[in-house]
Amino acid sequence: MDASSPVLSVESVTLDFGRVRALDEVSLHVRPREILAIIGPNGAGKTSLLNCISNFYKPSSGRILFNGRDLTRVPPHRIASLGIARTFQNIALYTGLSTLDNLMAARHVHMRSGLLECVLYWGFAHREDLHHRRVVEEIIKFLEMEPIRKATVGALPHGLRKRVELGRALALEPRLLLLDEPMTGMNQEEKEAMARYILDIHEQRDVSIVLIEHDMGLVMDIADRVVVLDFGRKIAEGPPDEIKRNPEVIKAYLGQEHA
Amino acid sequence: MAVLRPAGEFDQSYAYDMATIRRRWQWIALGLFLLALYALPLYASPSLVSFVNRAAMTIVAVQGLNILTGYTGQISLGQAAFMTTGGYISALLMIHAGLPFLLALPLAALGAGLVGLIFGLPSLRVKGFYLAMSTLAAQFIIPWFVRNAFPKVLNGTQGLNVPPPEVLGIVFNAPTRYLYLSLSVLVVTTVVAHNVARSRLGRALVAIRDQDLAAELLGINLFKYKLQAFFLAAVYAGLSGSLFAHHLRHLNSETFNLTDSVLLMGMLVVGGLGTSLGPILGTVLVLLILELATVAGPTVATIFPGTAASTVQALRPLFFGVVLMLFLIFEPRGLAHRWKLMKAAWRLRPFSH
Ligand SMILES: Nc1ncnc2c1ncn2[C@@H]1O[C@H](COP(=O)(O)OP(=O)(O)OP(=O)(O)O)[C@@H](O)[C@H]1O
Ligand SMILES: [Mg+2]
Repeated sequence: MDASSPVLSVESVTLDFGRVRALDEVSLHVRPREILAIIGPNGAGKTSLLNCISNFYKPSSGRILFNGRDLTRVPPHRIASLGIARTFQNIALYTGLSTLDNLMAARHVHMRSGLLECVLYWGFAHREDLHHRRVVEEIIKFLEMEPIRKATVGALPHGLRKRVELGRALALEPRLLLLDEPMTGMNQEEKEAMARYILDIHEQRDVSIVLIEHDMGLVMDIADRVVVLDFGRKIAEGPPDEIKRNPEVIKAYLGQEHA
Repeated sequence: MAVLRPAGEFDQSYAYDMATIRRRWQWIALGLFLLALYALPLYASPSLVSFVNRAAMTIVAVQGLNILTGYTGQISLGQAAFMTTGGYISALLMIHAGLPFLLALPLAALGAGLVGLIFGLPSLRVKGFYLAMSTLAAQFIIPWFVRNAFPKVLNGTQGLNVPPPEVLGIVFNAPTRYLYLSLSVLVVTTVVAHNVARSRLGRALVAIRDQDLAAELLGINLFKYKLQAFFLAAVYAGLSGSLFAHHLRHLNSETFNLTDSVLLMGMLVVGGLGTSLGPILGTVLVLLILELATVAGPTVATIFPGTAASTVQALRPLFFGVVLMLFLIFEPRGLAHRWKLMKAAWRLRPFSH
């Protein structure tokens, strides 16, 4: 496979919920190491698309290929081990665990300790924990989460929980990172910090990023390419400045505001 | 920078950070505490020894429930049924196969674990209330099986006369001796439960409890880990049931019943779900309350002369119910949480006002 071939190809995916068509023949590609933003009004089908990639929703037709492998045939818990990690629009952390353990839990797919090793702990499981702790500590440092390392995440403020969730996804060391509105509910300062982290990840790691976000200003600043969804259909695709000027996109967004 | 320091140094400090017991005095305190427990028959009254013995055996069952309900969030009302399973297996292995207790006990645990696995299968499909209902099935099917299947071997409603354990020529036929067995099993189960909680397995279990969808999308096989939790819980129940059976020397389908399953769940709630200390604290407190009810019985009878003996008996569930309710209202996170707060306050002592 050559370097420019897409990491992820969504091929005419259609998804129906009863009479609601959440996705209508959507096709898109994610290239290696790019930030692809997916934008669109509420209910456009952005989250549904991620859920199809996670094989949590089953498309009624179409294929989703990740490095040539059809994800619609991979059970959801195997998706992560292929190198796909994601965050959720409504934060879905392991609320009872500390920041550290949330990240350690995300190392699951890279660890081997089975029931017996865990029960005995000393020896293999302990050594494995130590090894992965080092990887996790690097992420904690990168996201400046040292002060909340041992804090139970359920009690953290919203902005920090969003950051922990990004950390948890990173701890998986994915090749494809799916971020569903990582900045919602944040103030401007927190949003900018999050944008910086995303750009740093983009720069330092060999990972493709799919970013769903409503804040147009930020999206236009950090995305390499933008895909616009409206009522489940892809209405535009291209570099940010082109998208900004696209009449269909302007109509979709104005239409929503006037409704 | 990381490169300037050898990696081994990091590992050492992480190992220190991850250790449960970090200071030497804590090891010494723990050692002394265990010694005091083991030496109990030398200085304590027979009733205290018998109490600790019963508590130790009960804690094992509650620890198992803690893995399943506390850490994994799968509500189960079948724990007593798996105690029955374990008790019958080790009793039968000793009676009919002539196996020594030390072999029959782990086999009973394993057997109970496998039966637990079967009753854990619905957990893939149903959650919460419905799962509780389906585990309740174990509480009806297993006693029914024991009463009706293989009457020649299981002896129907009559049940079995269970031989006492014999280890290295010592017959464990009195609480003062049995205590050593119960405590030894408890030490092992406590260490194992703690290891489970702090390892990859424990993190996966809590992940399932807190956010099962995220857990699945981040690579955790829900079915596999839920089943492992059911297996471990039933292994613990099997150990507890087997210990009880060989202590009581008699076993039938009603020895461990639905009330016990509810009681075990109550002990866990009172102690604190999903904590290492919870099962120990909760079990001891609830058993103490029940003991108190027994002691208070005659006094109540003198205050209300009309009350029959049956009413005095009814005090136990009443006391249990009230304590459980008080905890649910005032400290739903249980005694272990209280204990944590107290420890934190003690550490911050000079600044705590
Ligand atoms: N599980 C579901 N069952 C039924 N309908 C659903 C389900 N999930 C999504 N939908 C519908 O599919 C459509 C797309 O929803 P989706 O959540 O993907 O939108 P979105 O673009 O993520 O919106 P938002 O910006 O509000 O997050 C909506 O009409 C929604 O009601
Ligand atoms: Mg959405």
